Amino acid sequence: MTAAPAQVGKGANVPGRDTAPRRVNFDLKQSGIYIALAITVVIFTALTGGDLLAPQNLSNIIVQYSYILVLAIGMVLIIIAGHIDLSVGSVVAASGAFAAVMMVEMDLAWPIAVLATLAFGALVGAWQGYWVAYFGIPAFIVTLAGMLLFRAVTYMILGNKGIGPFPDEIRTLANGFIPGWMGNIGLGGALGGADLFSIIVGVLVVVAMAVVQFRTRAGRIRYSQAVDPMWLFLLKVIVPALLVLFLVVQLARFRNLPWVLVLLAILVVGYTMVTNRAVFGRQIYAVGGNLQAATLSGVKVKSVVFWLFVNMGVLSAVAGLIFAGRLNLAGPTAGNSFELDAIAAAFIGGAAVQGGVGKVVGAITGGLIMGVINNGAGLIGWQTETVMLVKGFVLLAAVAFDVWSKRRTAGAA
Amino acid sequence: MTDTILRMSGITKTFPGVKALQDVNLEVRRGEIHSICGENGAGKSTLMKVLSGVYPHGTYEGDIQYDGELCHFSGIRDSEHRGIVIIHQELALASNLSIAENIFLGNEQAKNGWINWNRTNAAADQLLRRVGLAESAVTPVVELGVGKQQLVEIAKALSKEVRLLILDEPTAALNDEDSAHLLNLLRGLRDEGITCVIISHKLNEVMGISDRVTILRDGRTIWTENTVNLTEEKIISGMVGRDMEHRYPDHTPKIGEESLRIADWTVYSPTQPDRALVRNANLTLRRGEIVGLAGLMGAGRTELAMSVFGRSYGVNISGRLFKDGKEIQARSVREAIDHGIAYATEDRKRYGLNLIEDIKRNVSAAALSKLAKGGWVDGNEEFKVADEFRASMNIKSPTVEAIVGKLSGGNQQKVVLSKWIFTDPDVLILDEPTRGIDVGAKYEIYTIINRLADEGKAILVISSELPELLGICDRIYTLSAGRITGDVPRAEATQESLMTLMTKEVQEVAP
Repeated sequence: MTAAPAQVGKGANVPGRDTAPRRVNFDLKQSGIYIALAITVVIFTALTGGDLLAPQNLSNIIVQYSYILVLAIGMVLIIIAGHIDLSVGSVVAASGAFAAVMMVEMDLAWPIAVLATLAFGALVGAWQGYWVAYFGIPAFIVTLAGMLLFRAVTYMILGNKGIGPFPDEIRTLANGFIPGWMGNIGLGGALGGADLFSIIVGVLVVVAMAVVQFRTRAGRIRYSQAVDPMWLFLLKVIVPALLVLFLVVQLARFRNLPWVLVLLAILVVGYTMVTNRAVFGRQIYAVGGNLQAATLSGVKVKSVVFWLFVNMGVLSAVAGLIFAGRLNLAGPTAGNSFELDAIAAAFIGGAAVQGGVGKVVGAITGGLIMGVINNGAGLIGWQTETVMLVKGFVLLAAVAFDVWSKRRTAGAA
Repeated sequence: MTDTILRMSGITKTFPGVKALQDVNLEVRRGEIHSICGENGAGKSTLMKVLSGVYPHGTYEGDIQYDGELCHFSGIRDSEHRGIVIIHQELALASNLSIAENIFLGNEQAKNGWINWNRTNAAADQLLRRVGLAESAVTPVVELGVGKQQLVEIAKALSKEVRLLILDEPTAALNDEDSAHLLNLLRGLRDEGITCVIISHKLNEVMGISDRVTILRDGRTIWTENTVNLTEEKIISGMVGRDMEHRYPDHTPKIGEESLRIADWTVYSPTQPDRALVRNANLTLRRGEIVGLAGLMGAGRTELAMSVFGRSYGVNISGRLFKDGKEIQARSVREAIDHGIAYATEDRKRYGLNLIEDIKRNVSAAALSKLAKGGWVDGNEEFKVADEFRASMNIKSPTVEAIVGKLSGGNQQKVVLSKWIFTDPDVLILDEPTRGIDVGAKYEIYTIINRLADEGKAILVISSELPELLGICDRIYTLSAGRITGDVPRAEATQESLMTLMTKEVQEVAP
């Protein structure tokens, strides 16, 4: 490995180490969210007679819900730090409108317009981050104000009309698919043909996931840390691999991999790494877990919170671009109540209201649960009120489970 | 017998791992002012909480006889119903409400749920006259100073037809004038037949006002005596007079050059910016030296330490810091850490640890950059570092991935120490390093402190326990009301001499 920090010796055999029990790392709270997603999928697959998992529909779920997932990534970070952002829906609308003016009315080149839109989002986040972090107003209030302010900005940019159409590149990002560079291959039987390139990408992703997992395990063993027993480890390698392969094959059978899926994958991997391994990510947990302790440990708390809001602004702009591109129109009512879906996704995904706890992958899973409910309900033809009812109960149940499991472990201690 | 209003006998109260009270007896006569004295942690406040029902009947052993009757209070309301009112050191007023609203909070002058404001304000005005507070009953409490707020608390007690009034450190936050007024008021109440129990660290006040004094030490009653037979010295020796057992590891110091010098340090209160918490303090810490800082509650010990540690407490801080002879600036916690200063807090749960995280992430929290390259943390190295601390500090946990909130107090303290040792400091300020941990773990902490000093670090130990300071320190500063009143080498220090310095009144010198 790389050179160790100066005062740390290497490979020293610490006494007492071998007495550490090999405990099975099965955390109900962590696994609960995946089980919940699985149950949701099973229920709606049954209710829709299998249509939910059909190639085209899987593709639809991802494309239709991508912008909420992007927002959920930023939101879970803010919630981990102990704050909240109610303004993201309005910021989505405002950045869509900003992008539309630049691309459609001013006819700027799309890469420049995209960068400018991201900068716009960053500026919005900096505005809110300033009031929360440096001025000390609770995020709930600041972003409630922001919800109104940036909706107003949207109307000021757009008037009462929508602006479109967007350049092809933006629409492709939101709606389009990777072209079939290598053509189709037959999968045989009822499966029909599928895009070869997508399948190759899928296989590479699965291999990469397995390699990373094996390397992490090897690293932990080298440092004599506790690891899962082999059977559980293999289960944790094989099950996600099969799921990814299934998803990719289905998508390949429909058209190809959607570009937003590629973008989402990059964001999820990137932000997961930041939260797990980056100094900045670790400081987010420290701030949310115990603000005073973090302050007294030399964490620049205000700057951490500020940059979290800047980040949220940028991700809102990304979501705004995707949403506008998907509708091919920037409208004044875009993004209405997106904040609620993003917040719900984070909490369903195991984030704690008090802060300090939460995972990017959890928020994505929480978002997918709601996406599957939305999509499945649409296929069945449920009324809007039924969908709201179900989503409301799911959110309540998820947080109730969280509170219950916390009380249970506290009682055991 | 008729003249005894309260008799508490055989009171024993146990908290997990600590016996706070052990067979305590207290007898209070009707119409007297009775002082309870003892060091911090002697059990005074716990005893008063038992009496007032904060700790309900059944959570302690022993009997409470009040007015000749055996009492089983199940909460504060029960005891207040019988005329026992406790006024805590931290005043419990709702600052945005008016004086009258505060006085009748929970006891509203109402009929069928509707408040009669005329009656409320008139009754409040009457009470305010009784306590000698010339304020309108509709004034919001936030506009009053601490002294006046204290009087509002007493008016509130009077509104409940108090017969036994308990005051916990009533004058700790008051200036001399307000204190004198309060003490006079208490004498007046005594003449009206109200019995008072006062917990106080200010021995001159104790001597001046009380009829009798009871001493508590280590959760036991030592003696009760008429004040006329007492001197301050006698009270002090009662408070501290415990045997020095062999509870401290032997240590021969190797004292080197000056490490940190704090010069002319003054700190003001963030809530009352005109009140100085620390005044013109001068301290010197040398390498390899363990220095104690002794002072009673409210003397400004923590305020001094935290203000030095990157100005993490207080406002209008003035003074200079010298590290290894060179003046340094430590305007933020980060700067202080970078200058090799570490501060381990007295309240590890609130300020020291992220209780929902595991051991390794707490250990690395203050020096994460040492484990990182280009902003990315090496999780395996982090594990290894934490595991080495687990072994060397003897943190009792099977793995460093255990959640810190579930560890015992002693092990949590070792995690806090590990965290600060990992920042590789030259100066370690340890605020109450053994508070709330058992005797065995204390010995281990003392051993660690000695080891750190032997590595050439300068150590400042803040402690309420004088025997602890005498047991481990090479030199002890005393702090009284924000001023350094003594700098005593261990050989010359006794508990009595320190206590005298800690209670010494320093006259304000006009600038």
